[in-house]
Amino acid sequence: MNQTVDARGLSCPQPVLMAVQAMRKAGSGALEVVVDNEASRENVARAAQSQGWDVTVHEMENGEFKLALVKQ
Amino acid sequence: MARGVKNVFATSLGILAVGAIIGVVAGFLQKFGNPANMAICVACFGRDIAGALGLHRAGVVQYMRPEIIGFVLGSFAAALAFKEFKPSGGSAPITRFVLGMIAMIGALVFLGCPWRVILRLAGGDGNALFGLLGLVTGVWIGTLFFKSGFNLGRSQVQSMSTGLLLPLMMLGLLALRLIFPPVAGEAQSGVLWYSLKGPGAAYAPLFLSLGAGLGIGFLAQRSRFCTMGAIRDVLLFNQWYLMTGFLALLVAALVTNVLLGQFNPGFEGQPVAHTMWFWNFAGMLMAGLAFALAGGCPGRQLFMSGEGNSDAGIFVLGSIVGAGIAHNFGLASSPSGIGPHGMAAVVIGMVVLVFIGVTNRK
Repeated sequence: MNQTVDARGLSCPQPVLMAVQAMRKAGSGALEVVVDNEASRENVARAAQSQGWDVTVHEMENGEFKLALVKQ
Repeated sequence: MARGVKNVFATSLGILAVGAIIGVVAGFLQKFGNPANMAICVACFGRDIAGALGLHRAGVVQYMRPEIIGFVLGSFAAALAFKEFKPSGGSAPITRFVLGMIAMIGALVFLGCPWRVILRLAGGDGNALFGLLGLVTGVWIGTLFFKSGFNLGRSQVQSMSTGLLLPLMMLGLLALRLIFPPVAGEAQSGVLWYSLKGPGAAYAPLFLSLGAGLGIGFLAQRSRFCTMGAIRDVLLFNQWYLMTGFLALLVAALVTNVLLGQFNPGFEGQPVAHTMWFWNFAGMLMAGLAFALAGGCPGRQLFMSGEGNSDAGIFVLGSIVGAGIAHNFGLASSPSGIGPHGMAAVVIGMVVLVFIGVTNRK
């Protein structure tokens, strides 16, 4: 099962820090990061892409975002 | 559902443009009357608002700055237009209030926020180099706290009215400015205080100041412009997105100042600045650490308040109260040097910041 990072309610830099930590730990594979604001969505996506992870963003109905991070 | 709409301002080119626009606008606001090398300083203008409200009685720094009001309302408009207005809060409110107070006190020992560090450099003020060094050092100390688990906790969704309160307060301040406009030669107009001389008496026409504030607020909300975050993200993640905006602001303000004849390089006699290098460094270090722990420079806190973030709103209120205390207690500097109790303020402020930093590690 994919590891999920729950960064809801946290403001920068925490969501990015948590995502970066999870990416380093995993090395490659698939991760999921949940955030609840646009700035965090952009920051996490930017950080993941700069580390070579593919990012797909899903906006949920409650205004939260689920980011699927994948690295081969 | 995958998102289709791209936020053009949240790209490297977007933030570069936003930083450059702020730099040019700052240069022109100065040309049209705002104080030299201050132009659009968030801390100084917050301090002037505290003076206008009578929270301190330093006669030379009292003016209801429309730029600050515009920052919040412009961001509020952008957040509404792009469906990003989201009332939230409840992440260590009183801690954020104290961080706002200490940040403002540190900024007033240096005489400027991070925006003014850049604008002073762009005006040729060499003393700001020590401020920049202090800012970077303060933010760097902040990143050490982050790496050791510092976290003020999660915010929760709040009621619509909670999110609206700070934008509404700004609307109220704007109403006061319109109802009680400055009267030539009078230090008071209705409930508002005005400066008859000094930086508080230097201001661009209302519609220019307000228009600039609204425009910058709108653009900064879209691009997430933040001067503290710029330094933090480079130190923490080697991420240069926000730094692009920071550097664009510096270059654009510098070019604008040179073209408008507002560039005067040197250390002595710089506008609203003192030459006590250590306290320029230490004041900004304290402010930088407080901004880092609170998650945003004073500009960013205003923009986040416009998005309904009441934690940022609490920081803003703390900074305005901090400005009142800084002047009433003689903590704030003046062009002749630091205030009588400026040193004590930095020592006590740093102790409180370390206390907050150490005790909030999770």
